[in-house]
Amino acid sequence: MDALLEVREVTKAFDGLVALSGVSLRVRPGQIKALIGPNGAGKTTLFHIIAASLAPTSGDVVFAGRSLVGLPAHRVARLGIARTFQNVQVFPGMTVLEHVLVGLHQQAPASLLSAALRTPALRRAERRLREEAWALVRRLDLEAWAEVPAEVVPFGLLRRVELARALATRPRLLLLDEPGSGLNPAEKQALASELRRARDEGVTVFLVEHDMSMVMELADEVEVLDQGQLIAEGPPAEVQRDPRVVAAYLGEEDGA
Amino acid sequence: MADRRATPELVGQRVAAAIPTPRPAARRLPPAALLLVGAVALLVLAGRRLGYGLAEYAQLLVDGLATGSVYALVALGFVVVYRVSGVINFAQGAFVMLGPMLCISLLGPLPDTAAGLLLAALVATAACAASGALLHRLALHPLRDAAPLARIIVTVGAYVSIQGIALKVWGPRPYVLPAFTTLSMADRLVDVGGVVVQAQSLWVWGTALVTFAALGAFFEGTVAGKAMRACAVNRTAARLVGIQVDRMGTLAFALAATLGAVGGIVLAPSTRPTFDMGLELGLKGFVASIAGGLVSFPGAVAGGIALGVLESLWAGVVLAGFKDLFAFAMLVILLLTFPRSRAASEESA
Amino acid sequence: MTARLRSPWTAVPCAVAVVAVLDLVEPFGVRLGHLTGGLLTADLAVRAGLFTIVLVGLNLLMGYAGQASLGQAAFYGMGAFASAILTVRAHVLGIPPEVVSAWWWPWVVMAAAACAVAGFAWVVGWVILRLRGHYLAMATLGLGIMVYIVLRENLGMPHLNLTGGFDGIVGVPRLRLGSAALWPVGVYLLVVWAAALACVALGENVVHSPAGRALRAIHGSEAAAESVGVDVGALKARIFALSAGLASVAGSLYAHFQAAVVPDTFGFVPSLELVVMSAVGGMRTVWGAPLGATVVLLLEQLLRTHLLGLVPAVSGELEPVVFGVLLILLMRFRPSGLVQAAPAP
Repeated sequence: MDALLEVREVTKAFDGLVALSGVSLRVRPGQIKALIGPNGAGKTTLFHIIAASLAPTSGDVVFAGRSLVGLPAHRVARLGIARTFQNVQVFPGMTVLEHVLVGLHQQAPASLLSAALRTPALRRAERRLREEAWALVRRLDLEAWAEVPAEVVPFGLLRRVELARALATRPRLLLLDEPGSGLNPAEKQALASELRRARDEGVTVFLVEHDMSMVMELADEVEVLDQGQLIAEGPPAEVQRDPRVVAAYLGEEDGA
Repeated sequence: MADRRATPELVGQRVAAAIPTPRPAARRLPPAALLLVGAVALLVLAGRRLGYGLAEYAQLLVDGLATGSVYALVALGFVVVYRVSGVINFAQGAFVMLGPMLCISLLGPLPDTAAGLLLAALVATAACAASGALLHRLALHPLRDAAPLARIIVTVGAYVSIQGIALKVWGPRPYVLPAFTTLSMADRLVDVGGVVVQAQSLWVWGTALVTFAALGAFFEGTVAGKAMRACAVNRTAARLVGIQVDRMGTLAFALAATLGAVGGIVLAPSTRPTFDMGLELGLKGFVASIAGGLVSFPGAVAGGIALGVLESLWAGVVLAGFKDLFAFAMLVILLLTFPRSRAASEESA
Repeated sequence: MTARLRSPWTAVPCAVAVVAVLDLVEPFGVRLGHLTGGLLTADLAVRAGLFTIVLVGLNLLMGYAGQASLGQAAFYGMGAFASAILTVRAHVLGIPPEVVSAWWWPWVVMAAAACAVAGFAWVVGWVILRLRGHYLAMATLGLGIMVYIVLRENLGMPHLNLTGGFDGIVGVPRLRLGSAALWPVGVYLLVVWAAALACVALGENVVHSPAGRALRAIHGSEAAAESVGVDVGALKARIFALSAGLASVAGSLYAHFQAAVVPDTFGFVPSLELVVMSAVGGMRTVWGAPLGATVVLLLEQLLRTHLLGLVPAVSGELEPVVFGVLLILLMRFRPSGLVQAAPAP
């Protein structure tokens, strides 16, 4: 089966410190894939490399048949990869609705000239964007917060704002870096059903997550990263029983 | 699932992420060093076309060494302040101007002797140190948690205020500070194998060397010096072991002002100080500190001397009015090749 | 975004701006300048209008996109010198006198200069806007001083004496529209403020457009802006170019107003003055531009005409000291505008 995203032999070293060594994995279209592993295993680094905000030391990342290495991050976004961040990245001073509108940037006329002159075409486009943004805000249950600046929004909702902003780009692949961290169980439930809905609408989801029960329930497939190397992959139930995975996780229990 | 294995690498990564540790300058230097080599090559080529011989180059080199030493002193002030308090102190140039100006004013009532000059210079330097400390307490200390740009703007504001006051007090005309030895007026020259050395240049080099040594001794040998170095490495840890970080900041500003004042005073006999001399010297000291990596003392000295020499060579082969262009072109180019200055595409990476 | 407008601090500049705008009516007989004891003059109002144009660009750049510029006066100077050179010293460049004396020529020069300066800033912006925080501030400062030196040193071509060196250029003609001169000063005042308010309107449009949202997003988080497909580098370069183009237009209008240009008007301190105005008015509002320009110029004028008389011993001008102190106090007590303009590295 053709992979939507393929990571080929990616190695990343920071000043000689190897964060990832020879990582290869495939994400098939329409699946929810989870990447797990102990802290410092290199999960976030891998995500940064996929989103092209970091360059790999060696190796290649191929998305829909096209190499992403060397592309600027915004081009990768335009190819259909949207992401959320481990440390929530919001725009202070901008409302939740505006966050979603920024997510719709690719469909917006970006010319400064038409912006300055406020041309009728721009006004029409702006009206359409606002409708679309409102629809997304409603879909993610953020209506009550839509006109509120992001810095006032509770943390749990900010993750949802990030998700709304990412979905607004109409991605083919959604990269979520610890989307459940800092959320309460109810919020995690809501997030999980939102991700399933996105998947059902054709979005492929690749996420880093710590909450194993959430991974078990949500993911179609799991990859396990430990100390920069993939040590296991497969359906969640299988991976959970894998002795290497148990060792990687239990080892730490002993050592702690 | 618990996820809290504490491997040494992990701890290292966390610490590295939490502390903006100044990296050794050496690793940062190659682009700047390459640039300097390129600049020298260009200048030598240009000089060739103008028919410059070895003697002319030696002369330009000697002239450049003197101004370069002053740039180095000013640059050290930038480094001290940046390392201890994380501020780029634009008011540094103000002390380079205040030093000689105060010195000249103090000379008025004092006897016209070497002792009088020394006394005036010492008092002027002390006054600058005090104003440096005051600047930190009044203007920067209250903003210690503000964004870097706000703090820089404050130092720029301080610079402009001090220069404005200087204009009030001393007016726009240039002043004259007599050379340090009556034996050698500033225009008294020493001929060394066809290369003319101003006697004052010898004073500049001597003072610079003594100052570098004293600074080294201060950081290596005194408790305050060691405490300042600790602040530079990690402010939080320094606070935890009982170092009064804020006082170290004040001390750093005083020290930087001292370095600036010393540089200004030794330079003054050969330049005729004016109220606005600080802008140029301050900015050039900053360029020198950037050339040295902004966190390294030896780097700042090397950067200052390199800038002085290159600028002198440049001024020798281009229009005199374009002399200052070099430093600012270097500033922009060095900033662009200076890795710390780039926007990190992802902080948490 | 509207928070600053609602703050009680801005009530003062608002009131002053209203008075300044009322001064526009001067040519029709109401002499507000006289009522304020010579404080509010037409000259001051014209300069406030010119700075408004510059500040609209600067606010978009610093307040919205979060990119510091400590060298904005350079673009202002490039526009001013382009207009002065191409109207007064055009013969040196071999431009026929009948073209130069045509009424439309200064307007063509103004437009061409704005495009050229914007193009220059765009190219430079691609390179230096990769710098962050205070490094960008330093680089723009260095750039500003370089431009100043080049202007002062006759563009490196002393034999042509295009910029007139330290002394600059005198005798820049007044603007005309057809056969009608845009003078006396009251008429020019209307022209400048019409342009200034048009710029404020354009700025407001930009802020409330998709591009404006993307600018503010860059300010908040470049990584997140990129992640939704905003071409951060291109957008920064374009807004830098726009701000430079606006500064250039203001510079041209200044040259035709002052009739003389000298390099010292466009050096480091004027760049700083612009930042002060921007911060005083409120960087993150387009309407802060006219407010900041007016208030700072009024303060200056107040010092010169009223306070200086109280201290007889002083020579020279006090403004730099006041600017410096104002900056420090502003950062100390009202840092929000600027602090947010540069996300901590």
